[in-house]
Amino acid sequence: MGKKNIEIKGIRDGILVEISSGDWKKREKELLDHIKNNKQFFKGGRLALDVGSHKLKTDRLASLRNALSDQNITLWAVKSSSLVTERTAQNLGLSIRIQQSTAEQQGEFPSSTIEGEEAVFVQRTLRSGHKIKHVGHVIILGDVNPGAEIVAGGNIIVWGRLRGTVHAGAKGDEEAVVCALQLSPTQLRIADKISISPAEDRKVEPEIAQLKDGQVIARNWNSRSG
Amino acid sequence: MAAKVITITSGKGGVGKTTATANIGAALAKGGHTVACIDADIGLRNLDVVMGLENRIVYDLVDAVEGRCRLKQAMIKDKHIPGLFLIPSAQTRDKNAVSPTDMIRLCDELRSEMDYILIDSPAGIERGFRNALAPADEVIVVTNPEVSAVRDADRIIGIIEAEEKGPAKLLINRLNPEMVRHKNMISADDVVDLLAIQLIGIIPEDKNVIISTNTGVPVATDGKSLAGEAYRNVSLRLQGNTVPFMDLSKGSGLFGLISNVFGTGE
Ligand SMILES: Nc1ncnc2c1ncn2[C@@H]1O[C@H](COP(=O)(O)OP(=O)(O)O)[C@@H](O)[C@H]1O
Ligand SMILES: [Mg+2]
Repeated sequence: MGKKNIEIKGIRDGILVEISSGDWKKREKELLDHIKNNKQFFKGGRLALDVGSHKLKTDRLASLRNALSDQNITLWAVKSSSLVTERTAQNLGLSIRIQQSTAEQQGEFPSSTIEGEEAVFVQRTLRSGHKIKHVGHVIILGDVNPGAEIVAGGNIIVWGRLRGTVHAGAKGDEEAVVCALQLSPTQLRIADKISISPAEDRKVEPEIAQLKDGQVIARNWNSRSG
Repeated sequence: MAAKVITITSGKGGVGKTTATANIGAALAKGGHTVACIDADIGLRNLDVVMGLENRIVYDLVDAVEGRCRLKQAMIKDKHIPGLFLIPSAQTRDKNAVSPTDMIRLCDELRSEMDYILIDSPAGIERGFRNALAPADEVIVVTNPEVSAVRDADRIIGIIEAEEKGPAKLLINRLNPEMVRHKNMISADDVVDLLAIQLIGIIPEDKNVIISTNTGVPVATDGKSLAGEAYRNVSLRLQGNTVPFMDLSKGSGLFGLISNVFGTGE
């Protein structure tokens, strides 16, 4: 027999299951059978999955999570080399980072030829409770609602209404900017400077916020200098 | 017949899910449809009370799921409205007694005999919510026009979208036009603007709702109350009719058109 299809590992945050490639339905069944045969071991536990290159859409991942929840197991993270799967996991509110895998994960990306231009692009409205954290820039096509949060090492661009909390230049970059079609954040930070939106209704026009002499200044997009 | 399964849920508790389930169920059944209302709030059952059927419970949802009775035996016929049924929740049992797959199976068993299956969901994102969501063809999110309730509604709408059960429809409950006028309450427009999903109804604050909860006769069956009228309109919209929204700002009794953003969303 070769390598097992299902590998179980103990990690700091509970149990990690690595699933080999091949037919997903088969693998899923093997996993659920294994759990049923080892109820005591898994009972009430927190499970992280490394699904490798399996491309999983929401229905698949959600049905697996429900099946696990039927067994009293909480699925909390899904790691994958597939961007589709990563996005699905994020949409389902699952973590896509297990242990300190950030660095390791980034190594898997083809390195950008332009230094420092790495960005994530999210095409949906960020609703309350959603949080996006990224070392580079973050671009949202949609609204950022109150209760949603973005933390970016670089700039934050919102093609929509920004009403949540944002932190640009989170690692100390004082050159970072925040732009939005409507800039009325609950709280806006650039580097270590905080500003709170004035309570009165803001103009509905594209604005850009950046640091000037250590203060967050928001200006109309058209009247920006430089 | 193939029933449509509609789950009624919310982010925050106490916003009016159970009241909405009882009233929409009653209005649909009055319109000649067969309707099963399922109370999926295990441990906190109260749909039976609002429907005035508490004293008729013999078997409940958990009995049916665990095979202690046939599904038919757990279905209680409404006292007044033919075609309306309740499957009550269990009072004090293990919250994990029912799973999402159980709910899908149960609804599938009912689908051939009903026009509508309404599921009264518990608030929040725990197991009970997942149970209620799993079999849903359509989801209604109930909120009050109040900042914290709207915030929680937004969160739950995001989860429903992620589960590919969306887009959910929005029911704004307990709107007080007087308070909106004096800027002491956020307007329905503001709520719709933020949540950006289709509005299925606005129910005014109405003391008749509280009275009806005590008598066990939903306001939707009472010709006079404003909330009853609003619930009947919701049931008509669910059936695909275009019904203008009541003009609550003119005070009770006067119904008219609201000429603004309502009906946007999808
Ligand atoms: N439109 C309304 N006007 C006045 N009271 C209402 C209205 N809707 C609901 N209520 C009251 O609010 C309380 C909570 O409603 P309920 O339907 O039990 O909420 P949930 O099921 O979401 O917890 C009940 O006491 C109910 O009578
Ligand atoms: Mg309730």
